[in-house]
Amino acid sequence: MNELVFFLNNVVVSGAVAGSIYAMGAIGVTLVFSIMRFAHFAHADMMTLGALLVLALTTLFPEAGLAIGLPTAIVMLPVAMVITAIAAVGIDRVFYRPLRAHKVKPIVIVIGSLGVTLMLQGLIRLFAGTSAQSLYIAERKAIFRLEMPFELASRPVIITEPQVILFVLTLVAVVGLHLFLSRSRLGKAMRAMSDNPDLARASGINTDTIVAVTWIIAGGLAAVAGTLLSLDVAFKPDLSFFLLLPIFAAAIVGGVGHPYGAIAGGFVIGFAETLAVFNWSVLLRPLRDSFPTWLELPNNLALVGTEYKIVVPFFILVAILVWRPTGIFKGKVI
Amino acid sequence: MSAIIEVQHARKAFGGLTVIDDCSIQVERGSITGMIGPNGAGKSTLFNIIAGTLPLDSGRVLLDGEDITSLPADVLFHKGLLRTFQIAHEFSHMTALENLMMVPPRQEGESLFSAWFKPGEVRRQEDEVRRRALEVIDFIGLAHVRNELAGNLSGGQKKLLELGRTMMTEARVVLLDEIAAGVNRTLLGDLMTNIERLNRELGYTFLVIEHDMDMIARLCDPVIVLAQGSVMMEGSIKDVQNNPEVIEAYFGAPTE
Repeated sequence: MNELVFFLNNVVVSGAVAGSIYAMGAIGVTLVFSIMRFAHFAHADMMTLGALLVLALTTLFPEAGLAIGLPTAIVMLPVAMVITAIAAVGIDRVFYRPLRAHKVKPIVIVIGSLGVTLMLQGLIRLFAGTSAQSLYIAERKAIFRLEMPFELASRPVIITEPQVILFVLTLVAVVGLHLFLSRSRLGKAMRAMSDNPDLARASGINTDTIVAVTWIIAGGLAAVAGTLLSLDVAFKPDLSFFLLLPIFAAAIVGGVGHPYGAIAGGFVIGFAETLAVFNWSVLLRPLRDSFPTWLELPNNLALVGTEYKIVVPFFILVAILVWRPTGIFKGKVI
Repeated sequence: MSAIIEVQHARKAFGGLTVIDDCSIQVERGSITGMIGPNGAGKSTLFNIIAGTLPLDSGRVLLDGEDITSLPADVLFHKGLLRTFQIAHEFSHMTALENLMMVPPRQEGESLFSAWFKPGEVRRQEDEVRRRALEVIDFIGLAHVRNELAGNLSGGQKKLLELGRTMMTEARVVLLDEIAAGVNRTLLGDLMTNIERLNRELGYTFLVIEHDMDMIARLCDPVIVLAQGSVMMEGSIKDVQNNPEVIEAYFGAPTE
């Protein structure tokens, strides 16, 4: 049974962690696309920005979390979300809105967002340096070991505190987003604008407000995703940037412009990655005795090596674009 | 003088092509004013200028004496100036009823604050809007397709939906951009009846661009004729139809 525990740890838990991070990043990318029709490449660096703010706040008040029993970084997260959201709106006002006002082609804004990526990365390195830093400063990462109620399982399923918080926050974000888009007037106005911006304007919807709200949601979720990623691993200035490809793959797999698709796409990519690098020979080992003698079980039976994990989302991306370009859900409109 | 819309010395060029050239028009309060002219006369451009979707090079637009030049469409909407689109626009991923329910201005739910903190009030208003939308959809005769996605409606039905949208709120002026195009005769009759009723019963002022002369003749007085970016003449439909200049602009110079 230890093999099954190994599977749970390496595929189910890891996949859900990666999936949650991708999903939250992809929601932002997809919302920005559905409202402003451009691929926002600086999104991953907004995630890093959020994590950096949490790092700074945690360094300033390392004891803040002890009183409530949560990691200090989580206590600081709401503040970082607000600042990141404001920064996202600010970046839009300064860099993207003037481009939109000149009615440039979307590709120009995409290139603009690449510029913002470089700028943000430089700024983040300027303040945080290039080395990895733990977001746990005055406390230690709590690790939960769940013993399996089977006789043969001697090893526990391991799940860490930030992972639990990540799952909870992802669930809250998804439910909250759903209620916002389907119930609130502003959410409906967002759907209206993604459907037909001219008509939305002629129906009295202030499109500037909708754009700002989109950035607030995207920025806030980016801060959550970046912080929890850094809590799970450690803060690095380029940690989130390397997730840009899987996040875009998630958004496209789900159907660009479709927030529920982004969530589904995030988990598809997350689990695909962990399943692809999982060493299947571990699961087959207990069955070794029933194999014919000529079949030798190799030590490593993973589809791709861990170091090539990045090809998985890339492969899925290509496959989706070839066979179902609109994604799992039909994209383009919220 | 009770002009509700006044365009003063408007000028608009696209590159080297001057489309609107020192054009001044007035739309009287409570009238159904028609605007006709050959293709390329600048009707749609003038329309888009009034509706706030095109900036002016020079000149002014007044709504009830207030300068509204270059205000964006959503601000004009809240001032009671509504428009329909020449090519019917709809929120294709929402039902016909939801399309109408998107419209009403200044709802409580619109602001972030009330959406989160006054759910009871928002719900009450939503119910009110739904009731109104059901009335409107009945009025424009689309009740049987109210739960269809608007993208699946026929061209004519989408035009009716456009008119319906202007009835969801208290408009002062409605700009109708070729509302009759692509609508069959029976539906067109309903459409015109509805426009007349809105004008008579609710005091809507209409500015109508139209190629359908029957519709202009039945609804509009006065009629403004545009040609080459400025007003050629203005008068009753009789005057317009008998004016040799207009006939020439429309049908070319008589060959003798």
